[in-house]
Amino acid sequence: MTGKRLWSLLAVALGGLYFLLPLAGMVDFSMRMKRGEYSFEAYRIVLTDPQFQHTFLYSVGLALLTIVIGILIVVPTAYFVRLKLPGLRPVIEFITLLPLVIPPIVIVFGYIRIYNTSSILPLTGSWWGTNILLLFGYATLALPYMYRSVDTGLRTIDIGSLTEAAQSLGAGWARILTVVILPNVFVSVMSGAFLTFAIVIGEYVFAALLNVNSFGPYMVWMGGNRAYEPSALAVVAFAITWACMGLMQLFTRFSKFSTARR
Amino acid sequence: MTTSAVSLPAALRPRQLLNWVGVAPFFLFATLFLILPTLNIVVGAFRNPQGQVTLENLGKLFSPSIRAAFWISIELSLLTAVLGCLFGFLIAAAITLGELPRWLRNGIITFSGVASNFAGVPLAFAFIATLGRLGFVTMLLRNWFGINLYGSGFNIVSFLGLALTYLYFQIPLMVLIITPALEGLRREWREAAESLGASGLQYWRMVALPVLWPSLLGTLALLFANAFGAVATAIALTGSSLSIAPIVLFAQIRGDVLNDPHLGYAIAFGMILLTAIANAIYIFLRMRAERWVK
Repeated sequence: MTGKRLWSLLAVALGGLYFLLPLAGMVDFSMRMKRGEYSFEAYRIVLTDPQFQHTFLYSVGLALLTIVIGILIVVPTAYFVRLKLPGLRPVIEFITLLPLVIPPIVIVFGYIRIYNTSSILPLTGSWWGTNILLLFGYATLALPYMYRSVDTGLRTIDIGSLTEAAQSLGAGWARILTVVILPNVFVSVMSGAFLTFAIVIGEYVFAALLNVNSFGPYMVWMGGNRAYEPSALAVVAFAITWACMGLMQLFTRFSKFSTARR
Repeated sequence: MTTSAVSLPAALRPRQLLNWVGVAPFFLFATLFLILPTLNIVVGAFRNPQGQVTLENLGKLFSPSIRAAFWISIELSLLTAVLGCLFGFLIAAAITLGELPRWLRNGIITFSGVASNFAGVPLAFAFIATLGRLGFVTMLLRNWFGINLYGSGFNIVSFLGLALTYLYFQIPLMVLIITPALEGLRREWREAAESLGASGLQYWRMVALPVLWPSLLGTLALLFANAFGAVATAIALTGSSLSIAPIVLFAQIRGDVLNDPHLGYAIAFGMILLTAIANAIYIFLRMRAERWVK
């Protein structure tokens, strides 16, 4: 029995070494900008760089808008499929899994071919069009995660009874969705939202190929031109991923607690 | 529901219609931003610039440089998928069967969630800071153990370096997927095997692994597709010095190489084909796995 425990500890320790060393390396390197001492110089330079502030806030905006689009598309769909159109479920589930099958670079290549300046819908020709394309592209990337979490959330509540109760009080569909259903699956929506945020914030391929100057392309530019700042950026990005996943877990735990009480 | 709509058209049709209106935005969205773009690529791969049907583009996939790029990609994806499965399995086995404290298990699962999403540009930076020419581990090995990593031919900007980096998101993904499967192994199976006189090794060889193998192979296929579609990590790590298929496609789209969109179509089609096969294997085996592990 103790032998088994020893082997397990060894496996976890070796795994821990592999996973923690790059984090240590990243932190260490990001603080070595000044010769002979540890300092936050690289962070200071990055955080005060107007380009960083601009691209970072831009990506935050993109992420938030992607979340809104995702909610607007996924919540009504998952609701109607569960309540009224169960026959559509396999089709919808298949479609929501497609973004995991088709490499993102292929999807964006398709965008460039379909929505170029000589097409019927020349989205890539204008600033607005490009950003709309990018947002819907991100919503596509986030679709599998968003749909999964909202659908799981809907499973835990009795949407049939809730809908009938709301209808008997005279609520219309828009009102039912926003006032009754959305608050009840809020926790699941948030867990999908945090994952979406983590995906969008540092995304590179879509942004680079659509020529949008967001945080991902900025990081790659830094990587090619600076030595210590990229590590500082990596630490920032890791902290954001960690925060998103942490908040997601917190929300999920909170949801288990509230359903258990019910 | 459809039959009642036929018998009571006047009463039910508006309501039916409303249900479809509810899912219409989804289908519009999926058509415009997922299905049409992909179809455009697939159809484009079989057309020449004049719009005629041709296999010429796909033939170009077998030119030496493109074939080499696909081959490196396949090797890289396969290697990181196999190693990711192996190490991920060991870690998952350790935390589920190894009698380790509960907090350690939960901590590792949470960390796996973070690490499997910590792909892309920042991950490449972390590995450059660690195993680059002046990286943390490179310096540590030199100053403490007198090992000159770069003198022995290692370079982070290489196949090996890229594989090491990919494992950082491959292993955690395996841990996340296989841990529930391992937890689904029933204690009674082991007890039954032991009461019949089976050794630990016999139990694994004759009971546990046959139950788990669809999950294992299925996850292998998923990890393969996961590595095959990754672009940002590779670009941030190697620039474009390592010609793997997604980087070649990236350069094609950017127009850095030459202006032959139909070769781009063909490369993209090749990528879809490979990831689709890998995912089909995953889904098929997943369905088989669910018969046993509940």
